[in-house]
Amino acid sequence: MTDSKYFTTTKKGEIFELKAELNSDKKEKKKEAVKKVIASMTVGKDVSALFPDVVNCMQTDNLELKKLVYLYLMNYAKSQPDMAIMAVNTFVKDCEDPNPLIRALAVRTMGCIRVDKITEYLCEPLRKCLKDEDPYVRKTAAVCVAKLHDINAQLVEDQGFLDTLKDLISDSNPMVVANAVAALSEIAESHPSSNLLDLNPQSINKLLTALNECTEWGQIFILDCLANYMPKDDREAQSICERVTPRLSHANSAVVLSAVKVLMKFMEMLSKDLDYYGTLLKKLAPPLVTLLSAEPELQYVALRNINLIVQKRPEILKHEMKVFFVKYNDPIYVKLEKLDIMIRLASQANIAQVLAELKEYATEVDVDFVRKAVRAIGRCAIKVEQSAERCVSTLLDLIQTKVNYVVQEAIVVIKDIFRKYPNKYESVIATLCENLDSLDEPEARAAMIWIVGEYAERIDNADELLESFLEGFHDESTQVQLQLLTAIVKLFLKKPTETQELVQQVLSLATQDSDNPDLRDRGYIYWRLLSTDPVAAKEVVLAEKPLISEETDLIEPTLLDELICYIGTLASVYHKPPSAFVEGGRGVVHKSLPPRTASSESAESPETAPTGAPPGEQPDVIPAQGDLLGDLLNLDLGPPVSGPPLATSSVQMGAVDLLGGGLDSLMGDEPEGIGGTNFVAPPTAAVPANLGAPIGSGLSDLFDLTSGVGTLSGSYVAPKAVWLPAMKAKGLEISGTFTRQVGSISMDLQLTNKALQVMTDFAIQFNRNSFGLAPAAPLQVHAPLSPNQTVEISLPLSTVGSVMKMEPLNNLQVAVKNNIDVFYFSTLYPLHILFVEDGKMDRQMFLATWKDIPNENEAQFQIRDCPLNAEAASSKLQSSNIFTVAKRNVEGQDMLYQSLKLTNGIWVLAELRIQPGNPSCTLSLKCRAPEVSQHVYQAYETILKN
Amino acid sequence: MIGGLFIYNHKGEVLISRVYRDDIGRNAVDAFRVNVIHARQQVRSPVTNIARTSFFHVKRSNIWLAAVTKQNVNAAMVFEFLYKMCDVMAAYFGKISEENIKNNFVLIYELLDEILDFGYPQNSETGALKTFITQQGIKSQTKEEQSQITSQVTGQIGWRREGIKYRRNELFLDVLESVNLLMSPQGQVLSAHVSGRVVMKSYLSGMPECKFGMNDKIVIEKQGKGTADETSKRCLRQESCGKQSIAIDDCTFHQCVRLSKFDSERSISFIPPDGEFELMRYRTTKDIILPFRVIPLVREVGRTKLEVKVVIKSNFKPSLLAQKIEVRIPTPLNTSGVQVICMKGKAKYKASENAIVWKIKRMAGMKESQISAEIELLPTNDKKKWARPPISMNFEVPFAPSGLKVRYLKVFEPKLNYSDHDVIKWVRYIGRSGIYETRC
Repeated sequence: MTDSKYFTTTKKGEIFELKAELNSDKKEKKKEAVKKVIASMTVGKDVSALFPDVVNCMQTDNLELKKLVYLYLMNYAKSQPDMAIMAVNTFVKDCEDPNPLIRALAVRTMGCIRVDKITEYLCEPLRKCLKDEDPYVRKTAAVCVAKLHDINAQLVEDQGFLDTLKDLISDSNPMVVANAVAALSEIAESHPSSNLLDLNPQSINKLLTALNECTEWGQIFILDCLANYMPKDDREAQSICERVTPRLSHANSAVVLSAVKVLMKFMEMLSKDLDYYGTLLKKLAPPLVTLLSAEPELQYVALRNINLIVQKRPEILKHEMKVFFVKYNDPIYVKLEKLDIMIRLASQANIAQVLAELKEYATEVDVDFVRKAVRAIGRCAIKVEQSAERCVSTLLDLIQTKVNYVVQEAIVVIKDIFRKYPNKYESVIATLCENLDSLDEPEARAAMIWIVGEYAERIDNADELLESFLEGFHDESTQVQLQLLTAIVKLFLKKPTETQELVQQVLSLATQDSDNPDLRDRGYIYWRLLSTDPVAAKEVVLAEKPLISEETDLIEPTLLDELICYIGTLASVYHKPPSAFVEGGRGVVHKSLPPRTASSESAESPETAPTGAPPGEQPDVIPAQGDLLGDLLNLDLGPPVSGPPLATSSVQMGAVDLLGGGLDSLMGDEPEGIGGTNFVAPPTAAVPANLGAPIGSGLSDLFDLTSGVGTLSGSYVAPKAVWLPAMKAKGLEISGTFTRQVGSISMDLQLTNKALQVMTDFAIQFNRNSFGLAPAAPLQVHAPLSPNQTVEISLPLSTVGSVMKMEPLNNLQVAVKNNIDVFYFSTLYPLHILFVEDGKMDRQMFLATWKDIPNENEAQFQIRDCPLNAEAASSKLQSSNIFTVAKRNVEGQDMLYQSLKLTNGIWVLAELRIQPGNPSCTLSLKCRAPEVSQHVYQAYETILKN
Repeated sequence: MIGGLFIYNHKGEVLISRVYRDDIGRNAVDAFRVNVIHARQQVRSPVTNIARTSFFHVKRSNIWLAAVTKQNVNAAMVFEFLYKMCDVMAAYFGKISEENIKNNFVLIYELLDEILDFGYPQNSETGALKTFITQQGIKSQTKEEQSQITSQVTGQIGWRREGIKYRRNELFLDVLESVNLLMSPQGQVLSAHVSGRVVMKSYLSGMPECKFGMNDKIVIEKQGKGTADETSKRCLRQESCGKQSIAIDDCTFHQCVRLSKFDSERSISFIPPDGEFELMRYRTTKDIILPFRVIPLVREVGRTKLEVKVVIKSNFKPSLLAQKIEVRIPTPLNTSGVQVICMKGKAKYKASENAIVWKIKRMAGMKESQISAEIELLPTNDKKKWARPPISMNFEVPFAPSGLKVRYLKVFEPKLNYSDHDVIKWVRYIGRSGIYETRC
């Protein structure tokens, strides 16, 4: 007789029968019945009605039966809490059993029963078991503390179990140590601030000793715990690394990966000049390669991690390209990951091999894989210049195969190659044009249209080709429509005589028949550009395009650093921080790499910079597809743009670094370092700004929406207020306000002489202040001020003065001198005068930054009595340099995502939630320097309400 | 940590379900079935995230094992655990099949209770588990036996119990290598590596301390630097271990091996588990002896005919014999008929596998053999070209393609009265093909 029969009883009245059997006198029959109950439970049947009968079987000598009853209890105790109490006595008794296996079993099971009344009874037995003479019982009890903590954290603290658990770290038995470490790590995660895992050199030493002795699983717990430790200096880091490296030879891949994590993390602290640093780098490569001979699932985990490691430290695996070659029988998930890493490792030295492989892959069966392989060929061309020619000819070969998705993918990458190497490979255009009809994917169509538009002067029938696309204009996706619009305008600018009709047709299609605001806006802009000033239009549309970058899909550096701290875990598999997929507060403590030691910094950039990139340049990330906010330079195909995003990202980085100690350090005495003030406008920005004047203000809104620059109307100006009453200044009354217009800040002053004598020799000076405001010119009062006379003066201000943090932040102390005396007053300036014109953040950048700024930096405010709709609010804010990056409608509420930048380079990100019909709106602000939030909010309020 | 563990049959019916954490509900069982087992398309990842719950799965024949969690667990550990779980089950009841799982479900629950506590893997060495999870009840044990069990389960040497006795102390060492190759049609080696394992079967009394030595380049070179009076010894040793040493790219060891000692002295010392276990795994990429070379020639004759000629050459000492040789030549999907002529062995076209399978029982070294085939094709209008999968090969040779040689395995058992010389030792080398492919 076999046990599988238990799975097949499905007749009615089963519960009754089972009840009878459970109460049978015969031991065998009882056992059979419990087995049946467990089998039913497994397949999902509700057998909770049998609770009392099953619990009655608990008192038994038969261990197997006991375990089955316990299993039942763990499943159903929660639904029958009152009955579960019946079991308590047996548990307590079992905890005293002479057999350690039974003691452990009882304490293990009790911890799994989540009933309050039972947990009360658990405390005493648990306390005993934590001090049991038998290590098996102690190691079980250690885990039980974590279980109890999950049910009732307060109870665990009150009962002092945490201290007992800490003591177990010094236990003589390695397995007890390992379980205690696991339990403490878990408990510590839910109390991020507590100093529970009080790791110090002594306890670390104990852990390292236990590491050599405990089971493979225990080694993982200990290594994962070690990774959270922050060594006090590089010597300690090195000594830990030395003791961890032997783990790289362990047969268990998880032990190896956890060891890699510890090493990768602590390596940050080691100086690159150290011999040991080089040794360690060399030691890391072989075990990583060995992971690739594990089972496919583990290979997948390993590859996802290697992808991170290669981005962080490309030197480790740079000679190991061959091991990432795809095998015919690899599962698809392994193939795709290997391909990713191959592209990252491709360099001049190995490009020939890589290309040969990629060509091979492009003939495989799996569509995703083939596409990725084709795309990879294109990436290689862009990355390694010497190979570009070979890549292009390979791509042409592939286009000849006429396999539809291969052709489309090839066209998309060829477009990028054209961008990278202009005027080099255009001879292939003819071949591409042959395949025009077979393109059915938007991305490929858009790419092809871009090529036709860009090289219209070399394609004889460019107008015919584009016209053929125009027929189904309204059925195309937005991407294709936008591209078609731009391409035809380009064509028109290049061959104005023959194509006038075509361009009018497309402009009317875009502006009159389309519901898509992006398309309409772009249509109008072109239209007005063309009708106002064709020469300027040419400059805008046919402007030189910024270069595209070489690296693809790089993970944003701060995220990468965080993920390195999570090597081996799910986060490293998903390439997302744990907060993205873990619910609640557990496990979402933000981890970061230890700071680099200063000595190593200098040596770093030339070595780690990706091949080909000039040292020190921040490699920029190719944005994902689908950015609706295209720009005039027709770069909306999602090719890697290294112009504007590069500029913004470097500013961003500069700001972050300086922000280390908050606002004070940011406002150091070196204006060069701040970035914001000497920010060079990106090429895209320059062109429309020049054009601004002739077009007139009606268009400026449109411009701002798409390009984010060129504000013509100034920021909101508050009415003048009296700053210095005549009483206090021997008859001189000063009132004033601040303005910002076309990028310059000024202080508008009104001086009134209320005294009886003439005033002359005016001068003004500012005290040091938070944003370095200072007069850019001396105070010019031309004539002496006679009694009862008033003058209006506009004093230009700069932001390069000395910096000192003020309280409140926007406080400005001013001294005014005249022939009578020196007078002092202080005033608060509205923060929006500091919002700069290039404060529009790239959409991707916005998302990344928003995520990156920790939640505790978020501040929320209510703006009451502001009955504006989203559009009105947006345009109002825009004129004060608060830019709407994106707009969404969520459940009837309009969400505006906005960015602004202060003169000193601090970015503030905002989310404005407007509910139609509700006069108050909600503002959430995120900024790396949270001190400014309050003042930004005030600026918002003033702007919106006026 | 692991929140729950489920085992399903191929239809997606649950055979075993064990929940360890409160955050995993019954609906998780169904979520995996619906989204993964019953999913239409091919599995795209062994890790699936469904509604903020992550599922890790492995498949053994048609059985699905899935571990579930809602936390940021150590993913590598979860997979290692699932493999271990399969090993443990296999050690208890053989093949992992629906039938066996249903027959042993009580045992499986008992095992799951023992090797996973609150989702944390515990001791999962079969040797230790078998001492107290027996399905017989353990009431009969004496107190000493009980404490022996617990100390073994938790102890430093969890893999071996005390008091083992054999009349004849004997050990077997198998050096098992699989040689992997990817070759271009022109005969250029694109990648080649050997992944080897040293499997030991030990039948030794007491707690023997063992030391294993092989012709590892690093060790040999280190000894080469020894003092002058050792020169004579060194010569002897080098003669006995053959001329060359090999460069091992990387190796991993069974948990019984003292890793810190290997790291510092590169010596492999351990107390072995009783019976069979895998002492080490290693990988080499340099100076590999490729036992066979495959030379393919594929010619398309018009749209409906393909001519294939494949030559294999054996490349090892003529006195050695390779066995179980099989060459697999893929054919296009639209093949209608095949004529084969081969010089040696038997060749057959297997339509169901889309391949010509050519088998040769034995072949000595430094020989060559040839097969030619004419493949008739049905005309198709399928634009897509045939992907031309590589020609793969299987074989077994009685030497280690990496060149690895066992130099010694010394046994010391200070407490019992047997010495290294009394132990009978056997060493065997087997080289097998791993993925041995030549593109055509």
